[in-house]
Amino acid sequence: MTETAMTQTPKSRFQNFDFKTAGPAIALILLCIIGFLLNPAFLSEGNITNLLTRSAFIGIIAVGATFVITAGGIDLSVGSMAAVIAGVMIIVMNGAVDTFGTGVTTVLIGCGCSVILGIGAGFINGFLTTKGKIEAFIVTLGTMGIFRSLVTYFADGGTLSLNYDIRGVYRPVYYDSFAGLPIPVWVFIVVAICGWLLLNRTAFGRYCTAIGSNESVARYSAIQVDRIKTWTYVLQGLCVSLATIIYVPRLGSASSSTGVLWELEAIAAVIIGGTVLKGGYGRIGGTILGALILTTIGNILNFTDMISNYLNGTMQGLIIIVAVWLQRGDWGRKHKNN
Amino acid sequence: MPDGQTIAASVLCAERISKSFGTVPVLFSVSMDIKAGEVHALIGENGAGKSTLMKILSGFHQPTSGRILMDGQEMTLPPNGETEKLGVVLIHQELNLAEQMTVEENVFLGREITNRGRLDRQQMAEVVQGYLDDIGLNIAPGDRISDLSIAQKQMVEIVKAMSRDARVLIMDEPTATLTEAETKLFFKQIARLKEQGVAIIFVSHKLTEVKEISDRVTVMRDGQWIATQEASDLTLDAMAQMMVGRELSDLYPPINEADVDADRVLEVKNLYAPDVEGVSFYLRKGEVLGFSGLIGSGRTAVFEAICGLAPIDGGEVLFDGAPAEFTSVSKARDAGVVYLTKDRKGKGLLLDKKMRENLTLFALPKFVRNGSVDRKAEAKAMERAVRRFDIRSRDANIDVGDLSGGNQQKLLLAKVMECDPRILIIDEPTRGIDVGTKQQIYHFIAAIAAEGVSVVVISSEMPEVIGVSHRVAVMREGQITGILSGDHINENEIVRYAAGLKRETNHD
Repeated sequence: MTETAMTQTPKSRFQNFDFKTAGPAIALILLCIIGFLLNPAFLSEGNITNLLTRSAFIGIIAVGATFVITAGGIDLSVGSMAAVIAGVMIIVMNGAVDTFGTGVTTVLIGCGCSVILGIGAGFINGFLTTKGKIEAFIVTLGTMGIFRSLVTYFADGGTLSLNYDIRGVYRPVYYDSFAGLPIPVWVFIVVAICGWLLLNRTAFGRYCTAIGSNESVARYSAIQVDRIKTWTYVLQGLCVSLATIIYVPRLGSASSSTGVLWELEAIAAVIIGGTVLKGGYGRIGGTILGALILTTIGNILNFTDMISNYLNGTMQGLIIIVAVWLQRGDWGRKHKNN
Repeated sequence: MPDGQTIAASVLCAERISKSFGTVPVLFSVSMDIKAGEVHALIGENGAGKSTLMKILSGFHQPTSGRILMDGQEMTLPPNGETEKLGVVLIHQELNLAEQMTVEENVFLGREITNRGRLDRQQMAEVVQGYLDDIGLNIAPGDRISDLSIAQKQMVEIVKAMSRDARVLIMDEPTATLTEAETKLFFKQIARLKEQGVAIIFVSHKLTEVKEISDRVTVMRDGQWIATQEASDLTLDAMAQMMVGRELSDLYPPINEADVDADRVLEVKNLYAPDVEGVSFYLRKGEVLGFSGLIGSGRTAVFEAICGLAPIDGGEVLFDGAPAEFTSVSKARDAGVVYLTKDRKGKGLLLDKKMRENLTLFALPKFVRNGSVDRKAEAKAMERAVRRFDIRSRDANIDVGDLSGGNQQKLLLAKVMECDPRILIIDEPTRGIDVGTKQQIYHFIAAIAAEGVSVVVISSEMPEVIGVSHRVAVMREGQITGILSGDHINENEIVRYAAGLKRETNHD
């Protein structure tokens, strides 16, 4: 037991070079080289910013998921949550046009609504998991279904479209750039830095890790386990709401197919990044690399005819399995002995 | 020792068994024999070697030297529970049942009766029902284990053993977790098994029970065989006397005279909580108060309730003379009341983390500056703790799970001391650690008390409680049966209170 638990944490086995920590970075660099060899346009500025922007949604959600998973939980509802938040945001903004016009105020109301919904939905997940004492997997499987059906209901089975004039005001949030980088990338960067500080430099981050590592020890160490766990879900909800705020202006619409499978991509990004699925060890930096890796695969497939774009899921699936296989401690040991 | 006749009749016999783990000897030439249709009690203090002997008799350990005879034939018992096939079954204290499965499924687990590849449930149910009727147990084969009481689960274990045609049943403290009524029922069934000619080895700390149920009694102390006698020839006092009888050495630090006028920092009045039935005591400033009693007598439960780890159902807790009910561990910690768990690996330390993270986890709010954890302060605290508690590790970056038990225990002590408590409660301070570290821990406890911290030491090791405490409270079945001080603190007295032979009706 101790043995397996130990091997989960990366250790410098080879002087200061830590393969397991550096793994995701190496993988991303390899992917970029492959992409460049297949088509030099891969490394063009346009493609890079496009890639970063697309990574932002999954990346921001995955930062939240890193906290949930590090504290030993799981949140399957994030994709549906994003969809329902997008739907309600559009309804609220369309409704606010009469009172507040089509200006910035309406957009801000929409954003505020998104944040409140995200935090509220996260709180529900956290509350049911901790106070309700229901497994996180079950709770979020349930809310996943609920959120998904709600957005279908709000859209009456079709698509909710944002008022055309508001779309004009809101558009820059997705399409404009600041200092050469698109706004979503900036949001991603800020979320990532805050997430890193929170996980690695605050008592909250330490508590998340402790709870995921051993909940009994955490309880006996005067940690308010239920409160901290609930906070991780609230944080996850907040991240989803931020991702939704930058996602809505991209298409200006929401439907039952919005955000489908985002939860799996977010969890995949977290796992590829080296966070341990059963909790106790989390890496924000790894998560960000994981999100970039997932997007890069899709991007490369777009650039080449060698593999059909329809096999995107296959490639992502393979990467996830290989990543986790590489993180297994005994692989490194065996390798070293050889 | 057994004469020729008993050897002939004994089912299982251990002759001059010695056992060492590595270089540490734990059994010294111990002999014991069990006859068919006999209940043979094995008694001794914790650490006397009873468990090791039982494990050797059931094949889980191999003796370093000595012989095992079965039906007079010398043999090597097969390991890993395979002795069950020979009819020797060990029932562990932690029962070994699949909670979510039914009684019938558990009894036949691993050797299900099948009929052309399909489970023959009806036949299995009939067989199990037969056994249940036999021992007069009022449950159905289809009942789920998780729905049964502990006593019933214990009986299911026995049925399981019977269905394997057990001839020797070895039971490790079967009554430790049973209520009095359940124990009565249990004994009735033991009597039936006896009539059927089953040989039963019964390990217990409850001397009255031993006297009541057993035919013969074997006493062990410090890994040595002390005596085997007819139970009818032994008085309870004589048993206690034989179990005890060790001189206290300078393993323990000199105890400073207790200041009887010191303030009472903690006063508990008629406390009720899960497994606690009306407990009252007080704790003075700078005093070491020992808590003795059998495992499961409610010692841990009292302090888990006081420290906010379990709900308080009734009674009063006064801290510094003012009512205090800590609803969470963090509130207790902030007030200066800390509990150091006996379950070092399960509840005490994060085994896959470094020492520093473990050290500061309990008092982490103290290390927060401007919203973030002050890593320099943490490093300094680590240095201090290593010096003060002599924590030794090959490498400061080692995972805590790789430290020795003694160093883990020191780190755990350092961890709770990090928040400068006023009341320190240590549960089993030296469980599973070597004697050198034990001595260090005892000196730390004395030093901490000398600084004015009040210390509660909960321990199942009597010499330890006696060696470090100013006063000793003895618990039995959720109640304090006596609080001893001065010359009254000795093993004989404690055993009598713990076993329920003596009881203070009115203590202060």
